[in-house]
Amino acid sequence: MTARDGTAEARDHALGPSSYDHQAAVGQASFERIEKTWRSPSGFFGWFTQVNHSAIGLRFIVTAFVFFILSGLLALAMRLQLAIPLNQMLSHETYNQVMTVHGTAMMFLFAIPAMEGFAIYIAPLMVGARDMAFPRLNAFGYYVYLIGGSAFFLSLAFGMAPDAGWFNYVPLANKTFSEGYGVDIWTTMITFIELSALTAAVELIVTIMKLRAPGMSLDRMPIFVWAVLVMSFMILFAMPSVMVASAFLMMDRLVDTQFFIVENGGSPLLWQHLFWFFGHPEVYIILVPALGIVTSIVVTFSGRPLFGYTALVLAITGIGMVSFGLWVHHMYTTGLPFMGRSFFMAASSMIAIPSGVQVYCWIATLWGGKVRFATPMLWVLAFFGVFIAGGLTGVMVASVPFDRQVHDSYFVVAHFHYVLMGGAVFPLMGAVYYWFPKATGRMLSEHLGTWSCLTVFVGFNITFFPMHILGLQGMPRRIYTYLDGMGWGDLNLLATAGAFLLAFGFALTLFNVIHSVRHGAAAPDNAWGGSTLEWATASPPLNCNFIQQPVVESRRPMWDWREADTRTVVAGLREDRRETMVTTLLDARPQSVMVLPGPTPWPFVSAVAASAGFIGLIFSPWFFPIGFFAVFATMVLWFWPRHPWRKE
Amino acid sequence: MDPASRDAWLVAELSWWMFASAIFIYIVTIGLLGVGAGIFRGRNRLSFRAGTTLVVLGGVLAPIIAIVAIGVSGVAIGDETEGPDDGSAKLTVEVVGRQWWWELRYLDAAGEVVAVTANELHLPVGERARLELLSDNVIHSFWAPNLQGKTDAIPGRRNLLFAEPEVEGVWRGQCAEFCGNQHTLMGFMVIAEPREKFGRWLERQASDARATQGPGLDIFLKLGCGDCHTIRGTSAAGQKGPDLTHLASRRTLAGATLKNSRGNLGGWITDTHEVKPGALMPSFTPEPQDLHDLLDYLEALK
Repeated sequence: MTARDGTAEARDHALGPSSYDHQAAVGQASFERIEKTWRSPSGFFGWFTQVNHSAIGLRFIVTAFVFFILSGLLALAMRLQLAIPLNQMLSHETYNQVMTVHGTAMMFLFAIPAMEGFAIYIAPLMVGARDMAFPRLNAFGYYVYLIGGSAFFLSLAFGMAPDAGWFNYVPLANKTFSEGYGVDIWTTMITFIELSALTAAVELIVTIMKLRAPGMSLDRMPIFVWAVLVMSFMILFAMPSVMVASAFLMMDRLVDTQFFIVENGGSPLLWQHLFWFFGHPEVYIILVPALGIVTSIVVTFSGRPLFGYTALVLAITGIGMVSFGLWVHHMYTTGLPFMGRSFFMAASSMIAIPSGVQVYCWIATLWGGKVRFATPMLWVLAFFGVFIAGGLTGVMVASVPFDRQVHDSYFVVAHFHYVLMGGAVFPLMGAVYYWFPKATGRMLSEHLGTWSCLTVFVGFNITFFPMHILGLQGMPRRIYTYLDGMGWGDLNLLATAGAFLLAFGFALTLFNVIHSVRHGAAAPDNAWGGSTLEWATASPPLNCNFIQQPVVESRRPMWDWREADTRTVVAGLREDRRETMVTTLLDARPQSVMVLPGPTPWPFVSAVAASAGFIGLIFSPWFFPIGFFAVFATMVLWFWPRHPWRKE
Repeated sequence: MDPASRDAWLVAELSWWMFASAIFIYIVTIGLLGVGAGIFRGRNRLSFRAGTTLVVLGGVLAPIIAIVAIGVSGVAIGDETEGPDDGSAKLTVEVVGRQWWWELRYLDAAGEVVAVTANELHLPVGERARLELLSDNVIHSFWAPNLQGKTDAIPGRRNLLFAEPEVEGVWRGQCAEFCGNQHTLMGFMVIAEPREKFGRWLERQASDARATQGPGLDIFLKLGCGDCHTIRGTSAAGQKGPDLTHLASRRTLAGATLKNSRGNLGGWITDTHEVKPGALMPSFTPEPQDLHDLLDYLEALK
């Protein structure tokens, strides 16, 4: 084998699709038997029984993007309201609801679930597993997310949406200052939806640790899988904090506990600590998998191995850890002792090191490469342009005295849209263009994609760059209008115009997706010449993912196989039940075979029972015992002992 | 950014340094990306040594320099702008965040309240004032950008903020923490004036109302305004709304939303929720003549 680093070899990898005959590998009869075993039931009732990770992952992604569009429309409404001073399009009540729902939905209903969706869809393929470790739990998580998210959004249609901001600070969110059901809907639905994040995290961790294909030792795992692993651990540690906080608030409002009531010794700052202990890791939960996406795309389109694999793994893990030690930078203005804040100032700016390492590893990978500027790569370039700017303002707001001026001003609004849209949405769009061929078997239009990326990039900067200046001019956040004569009118109007351009850019991609699902060019198995295992299966993936599970010998199995012109695979798994290999944690040596459960409606029924309990809780505490016993009953039926395979 | 105090000036100076460095780092990074993927396109891969040097310089060393710079400047400037709390500030004002306006209570050396006013913070030029931030409802944040960074007013806590204007001037400030319906129009004015002028102002604010009778006051009491508002020297002693003892001496109305003029005052009383929807004050519609008398009276509260 020649040296893997040479450019000649790099060009080879950039060549067209491989043509692997999945049927011929095992023979027609075996192929059909295996596919039948792994098939998801079809039809309306069948839909509620599907458990395959590819089905659930895709649902997560599609649902998340539907919420993205809805929250984006809310953002447009806010931009319209702010276009001119003293505009009367939205009343202050509506604006506050729209603002709260936009923020909450973008974070909880779009960003996290979209990342989870890609993780659930791609990570098992990348590690060469046939499905995830707990397929039914996966399905349960999805229904919880779907029902909770829809209920949350519907509250807006009934005009009883929460209006105390996505951060929901007490005492404003206490019963005294927020009557009505709005805040109750926030607390119960957030607690509920985070359940789905936790279930996804648990099974992603187990899948990545135990179901990797033989030979895929930890140091051969694709960076995206590392990123998903780090994200999952972060979810495990961060989500309980917000669930506890919102459960406390729920109880304060529902049964008169006094966690946050000052008069009786409760503390408003307790809420802020709990919320930001979750809230800051949260943005890195969104960012970390996006870094994995960027790495995948950079490797594929530079056509050669990553520079600094170990450094990147350390950087991503480092970000995951440090992100738990800087939540107080959201609280610089709350009057905490300066000494304490200085510690968090140091911790916050420290994030610059792992971020810098990553950016320069990517630059080193791309250096001198024959980079193909296809649409996924264009989104990554846009990511570089936007995210680095957001990162730099991020280091600035880590400074206590500077932050005390710009905190809660439009400067911060600009900053976090640069990091969140730059750091999450642009890579997600890249991911859509990159993996669409894998998921649908069709290519997206490159032409439309290029225009979409360009429009979004320009529109984004026109929308959010002026907000830096507005913030420095003293425009505070979360205001539904501003007085004439403040001098903020022109830049706000510009931002509103930019927002429409931005929306148009996203609409181009939406159209592209809808059109290409039916009419796109057929996609080969390895649409972009990628090096990782998701490209080893058919497009769209086979029911069983891999007709024979792969055996991995390096970090880039697809390129190895192409050179050797043969595949290394596992043989001998049974065809009549859902079997996948279990391997050891570090070295991925074969250990045993796991039999996975098949389609079942019980996760759906359980999720409905849990939803009834949570949604009822908004109106009466009695729904707690009702929901508890209903879920208990459905879970008993779900776990009723039965063979996970057909009798012989 | 138009600093009117050393504190605000220091932060503005810091900002410009940070902006300049950030733009420099941005250009270098994007430039390296462009050079690497553009100019060197299709050439050989970086050697391991060259790549490592690039990553260590750009990804480790540069951030460390930035972190040290941010840390040192942040601690130094933070220390100076947030203190010292050594009793050297002679003037103490309690700043109380209400829904949705600001109450200002001037204290004497013994800590007794000498004057109460609303939405208009007067400060003597060249003296360091100690502001104690309080709230009895939700969290607000006091932000007068020209003088100082913001600090929250949190129920159950007494946060400190120091302000030292160096020049005379009138600036606008605003609540910066989302506090409900009218967070948007919860502004205030800051007026920095020479010590002597400030002394006269404070003396007047400390005194009882100039007008303590008349048909306007009767209307005022009949409408029930006194249940929420105080006019010192009369029987109106409500605590919910702003103290109106010297209403006519203020520059603005309704949380720095309207200029204080007879027309605006009338409009505010009769059409409160047109100006500030969600405000806790109900509108009143007295007979035209009564309104006339009422406005006459309020305008006499110099």
